[in-house]
Amino acid sequence: MHNVKALFKREFGSYFATPLAFVFIVIFLVLTGVFTFFLGGFYDRNQADLAPFFNYHPWLYLFLIPALSMRLWAEERKSGSIELLMTLPVTTWQAVLGKFLAAWAFAGVALALTFPIWITVNYLGNPDNGTIFAAYIGSLLMAGGFLAVGSCLSAATRNQVIAFILTAVVCLFFFVMSGFPPVLGMLNGVLPQSLIDAIASLSFLTHFSSIAKGVIDLRDLLYFAILIAVWLVATAIVLDMKKAD
Amino acid sequence: MIEINHLTKRYGTLTAVDDLTFSVQPGQVLGFLGPNGAGKSTTMKMITGFLAPTAGTIRVCGHDVESAPLAAKASMGYLPEGAPAYAEMTVRGFLNFIADVRGLEGERRRARLDDVIARLALGGVLEQMIETLSKGFKRRVGLAQALLHDPPVLILDEPTDGLDPNQKHEVRTLINAMSKDKIIVISTHILEEVDAVCNRAIIIANGRILADDTPKALAARSATGRLDDVFRSITTGNAAQGVAHA
Repeated sequence: MHNVKALFKREFGSYFATPLAFVFIVIFLVLTGVFTFFLGGFYDRNQADLAPFFNYHPWLYLFLIPALSMRLWAEERKSGSIELLMTLPVTTWQAVLGKFLAAWAFAGVALALTFPIWITVNYLGNPDNGTIFAAYIGSLLMAGGFLAVGSCLSAATRNQVIAFILTAVVCLFFFVMSGFPPVLGMLNGVLPQSLIDAIASLSFLTHFSSIAKGVIDLRDLLYFAILIAVWLVATAIVLDMKKAD
Repeated sequence: MIEINHLTKRYGTLTAVDDLTFSVQPGQVLGFLGPNGAGKSTTMKMITGFLAPTAGTIRVCGHDVESAPLAAKASMGYLPEGAPAYAEMTVRGFLNFIADVRGLEGERRRARLDDVIARLALGGVLEQMIETLSKGFKRRVGLAQALLHDPPVLILDEPTDGLDPNQKHEVRTLINAMSKDKIIVISTHILEEVDAVCNRAIIIANGRILADDTPKALAARSATGRLDDVFRSITTGNAAQGVAHA
C-alpha cells in the first residue's frame, strides 16, 4: 500500500508541476459555466436545481478527461521512465492503481472547485441538496469511468495524441452515445427492446442520470465500480504484454 | 551474486540474446562489452526484470527475477540506458520519490539521501527541474537514484555516456570506491573504461558470449597489448594485428 501512496503522490504532484493543472481547471470551470448558464438556461428555468449543470458533464468529460488520462502511460513510454518505474520494487497493479487514483483525485479537485454554483443555487432558492450531493457523487464516478478507459488506451501507445483520440472515440460510442435518447430512439423498431435496454444499460449516461436524479442505487454504483476495475485490469494486462515497445 | 542460466530472448525471428550462461560474484566489476545491437541492454533489461526472458533463468542474490520479482528488484539498483527520469520533477522531489518507493525511512533515509547527493555532487541542483539539467547532471541523477538504497547489486547501462572527461573520471572513481563488496555490472563500448574500472570483461556479439576474462588477460591476447585490437578481432572475426585466434 505504501507503494500506491508513493506513486499517487508523485503522479498527483506532477499535474501541478506543469501548467496542465491550471489550464485544465480553468477550462473545466469556464465550460461548466457556459454550459450551465447559456445552453442549460439555468436562470430561465426558474427552478432551484443543478440539472442544467450536471446534464452537460458527460459531454464535457468526453473531451476533457481524455486530455487528463492520455499522459498517464503514453508519457512514461515516450520518455523511457517506464523502464525506471517497472524496475523499482513495485508491482504492475500498484503502478496502475497509484496513477489512476492520482488522475481521479485531480478530476475530483476540478469538480470540487465548481462549488460556487452550489452556493449560488442555494442563494437563489431552496434546492434539494441531497440530490445535488448525489449528482456530484455520480459525476465523480463517471469521471472515474472515463479515466479508467483512458488509462488502458494510454498504456497501449507511446503517442499521447493517439491515446486522446482513441479514448474520446471509445467513450463516445460505447459509453455516451449508447445511452443518448436520440440514438436509442433511432434503434427503436430496428432492434428488439430487450437488446436496446441492454445497450443502454452499458452507457455512462443511463447510470449517471439515474444517480443525478438523487437515487443512489447499488446497481449504478456497482456498474461504475466494475467498469473501472475491468479497465484497470486491462491496463495492467496491456502493460505486461507490451512493456518495452 | 547473479546467476544467469541459458538466458535467451527472441523478438519474432530475431534472437537478441542467445543462450547466455554466466555468474557474477561480489567484488566483481563486470564490464559488458559488445558492438551496438549485441544484446547488452536487452540482457540488462532482463536481469532487472523489465523484460521477460524467452527462455532461461536469472537469480539475483538468490531471488528468481521471474518468480520473486520484488525481492530481486529490491536488491538491485539500475541505471537504464539514457538515464530516464521524470522531467517535470525537481531533483529533490525525484530522489524523495525513489526513497518512498524503496521504503527508506527516518534516519537512514536522511543519511542515504545526504550520501548520494554528496557523492554525485547534486547539492547545487536539488531544486532544479530535471528537464533543465545538462546531460551530465541527468546522468548523475540517474546514478544517485540507483545508489540510493545502497543495493548489493548495481546494473549500470552506459553510465558514462554523454559525460565530459572530468565527469567520466568522477564516475569511474565512484564505481571503484564501491566495488569492494558489491556486484557491479556496467555496459559500455568505451574500452578504456573497462581498463579503468572492471576486473572482469565479457565480450558479446549477436547475443553470444565471445570472451570472458580479466581485461589484462584479454589485452594480452594481442601482441600490441591493446584491448581495442582484441575487441575488433573478436567481434568481427577478422584477425587483427598479432591476435592469435583461439
